[in-house]
Amino acid sequence: MSGAELLVQALVDEGVTHIFGYPGGAVLHIYDALFKQDKIEHVLVRHEQAAGHMADAYSRVTGRTGVVLATSGPGVTNTVTAIATAFMDSIPMVVLAGQVPSTLIGDDAFQECDMVGISRPVVKHSFVVRNPADIPTIIKKAFFIASTGRPGPVVVDIPKDMTNPADKFDYFMPESVCLRSYQPTSKGHSGQIKKAVDLLLSAKRPVLYSGGGVVQGDASDELRELANLLNLPVTNTLMGLGAYPATGEQFVGMLGMHGTYEANMTMHHADVILAVGARFDDRVTNNVKKFCPNATIIHIDIDPTSISKTITAHIPIVGDVKPVLTEMVAQIKATGKRLDEAALADWWKQINEWRKRHGLRYNDDTDAEIHAIMPQRVVETLYKLTDGKAIITSDVGQHQMFAALYYKYDEPRQWLNSGGLGTMGVGLPYAMAAKLACPEKTVVCITGEGSIQMNIQELSTCLQYNLPVKILNLNNAQLGMVKQWQDMLYEGRHAQSYMKSLPDFVKLAESYGHKGVKITNPATMEEELKAALEMDGLVFIDVYVDKSEHVYPMQVAGQSMRDMWLSKGERT
Amino acid sequence: MAQVQKHLISVLMENEAGSLSRVVGLFSQRGYNIDTLNVAATEDPTLSRLTLTTITTADKIEQITKQLHKLIEVVKVQNLSEVSNGSQIERELMLIKVRATGAHREEVYRTADIFRAQIVDVSPNLYTILITGDAGKLDGFIEVIGRDKILEVVRSGVIGIARGERTLSL
Repeated sequence: MSGAELLVQALVDEGVTHIFGYPGGAVLHIYDALFKQDKIEHVLVRHEQAAGHMADAYSRVTGRTGVVLATSGPGVTNTVTAIATAFMDSIPMVVLAGQVPSTLIGDDAFQECDMVGISRPVVKHSFVVRNPADIPTIIKKAFFIASTGRPGPVVVDIPKDMTNPADKFDYFMPESVCLRSYQPTSKGHSGQIKKAVDLLLSAKRPVLYSGGGVVQGDASDELRELANLLNLPVTNTLMGLGAYPATGEQFVGMLGMHGTYEANMTMHHADVILAVGARFDDRVTNNVKKFCPNATIIHIDIDPTSISKTITAHIPIVGDVKPVLTEMVAQIKATGKRLDEAALADWWKQINEWRKRHGLRYNDDTDAEIHAIMPQRVVETLYKLTDGKAIITSDVGQHQMFAALYYKYDEPRQWLNSGGLGTMGVGLPYAMAAKLACPEKTVVCITGEGSIQMNIQELSTCLQYNLPVKILNLNNAQLGMVKQWQDMLYEGRHAQSYMKSLPDFVKLAESYGHKGVKITNPATMEEELKAALEMDGLVFIDVYVDKSEHVYPMQVAGQSMRDMWLSKGERT
Repeated sequence: MAQVQKHLISVLMENEAGSLSRVVGLFSQRGYNIDTLNVAATEDPTLSRLTLTTITTADKIEQITKQLHKLIEVVKVQNLSEVSNGSQIERELMLIKVRATGAHREEVYRTADIFRAQIVDVSPNLYTILITGDAGKLDGFIEVIGRDKILEVVRSGVIGIARGERTLSL
């Protein structure tokens, strides 16, 4: 086989069914090899950034490693934002990067670029192919590294001469690979788990703080079992939404900068925090010096560098969350002990008091004469109309927080979002990949007019592959979150937060061969939204929402978890 | 303010193109400073040993060693200052070019002798001296010679090894 054929066969053997990419000179041998087979479907995007985001989302939805293929130079540099996005959220991804022939490397050849160098800070690892016969082994290693331990993106740089059809090699794919320098811990230390169980069972005011690691580690069932067994209050990070059902009685909501009042109060007043697959991100902790002053912290994480990086863990447990939680549950059951019932009852009484403050309330008057459409109500209506069952993707900004707070996610992998890097433009490619992976599900991209324009060219890809996603544009004709900060922190000076030249999104969608619907009236919003969701094909739903609305709650910068704005002018 | 001190870190890693840049990249990317850095293959040509010194706090050094260990090609990491309680064997090599004329020529010669340094090149006006030792000894030599007499200095940076039975190997 040629190097290109070795590559394709290795991908087939790794179970790859979809590749997201864009052709170019350096990868044409590979495209020719892809053309001659039918096991792997290639999805042609309009910009390589979208290919990266689609591969990332494909992984977020299916749990399998996503694959990107791009040509050398500008092709592959266009994927860097997507690689960084996947890196920050620990998403397994393999990027096949075309490179100029090895004889030209270092000569500033046409479309030459040191992709391994450029991507180094945002990959888990990278490989350069130096011998075509090694390609299957390198692919095996790349997938192994991407998907094990703390998952992440891996770049494989492939010089064009490594895939030359004239050079033939035998196919050898190792059954498994063992790297002496890479042996991730999976099972947590039993002694540490015992200490954690003892501490947890002695807690008076416990809280379970779970993050994206629970979703990535497929440990949602174990988390639910532990939470239910001990009747613990549960809060999720943005990345962890769905790991514990949002409609569950023990769920106190998302925590952090735009977390619920009850979640942040529960964290601040807790005596024991069980952090599972969460990394104490600065969007969660606010000021680390004022973070949860009374709490003893148990921290379960696959990545030792995440433990005690910003907040010191009293009981660190390094391991995959799934086996660690399984062992915790088994140990708790073996002891037959439960938390102090009276203390726990008092704790829940206190939490229910906090819940009464209704931090998520908003002015939902539907009178069109007085009010514009409230964005929160649009998301709540979407939740109702989709029966809470849709896969929701979102971009970054105010609409993202409305989507996180007002749609209730009951299942993991139902909510796809760029939590770590905060990448505008992911929403549409995420929705496209989700629809490809789960064609039977309703997929809605909740976006804003700023974010959607960052990858709007992918409407063309949607037409080519018939991807009937629904795009719900919460259109406030401005960069809403930027404007909110300018309102709150810069005395209302709206430097460059206006989008003064917005397209007619309905016509734009139509020009790409899709349908578009414009919604402006709060009184009829629900029925119009319902009709739009019931239409066949891709529908661009452009909802004109209240321009002055802010996202609340919001933590007061530099303070503790509990210092929050609950509405304009109202502090905790 | 947390106390800062010098740490000597040894890293055993795969001898592959790109390994060193990943280690160095990790330091710059995360805002840690490297004071000295040394790397060469070991007796096993597939392995390189890297030694670096950095001045930082105990918290930071823990994070640095964990981050180093996370790199895929890093096989082992050891904080020599920690495992040896500061009694590790450290050596640095320095080549120093010193003006040596008149009465001063004899004095430089004697000083080199006292420090057990070697004169490795001679010209009518200068000596080039090779000296090894820990960093403190090398600093001392520079002080004694006198900065105004020094024309050029090149130092290798520190290498180190633990005392006694303890080894860093596979």
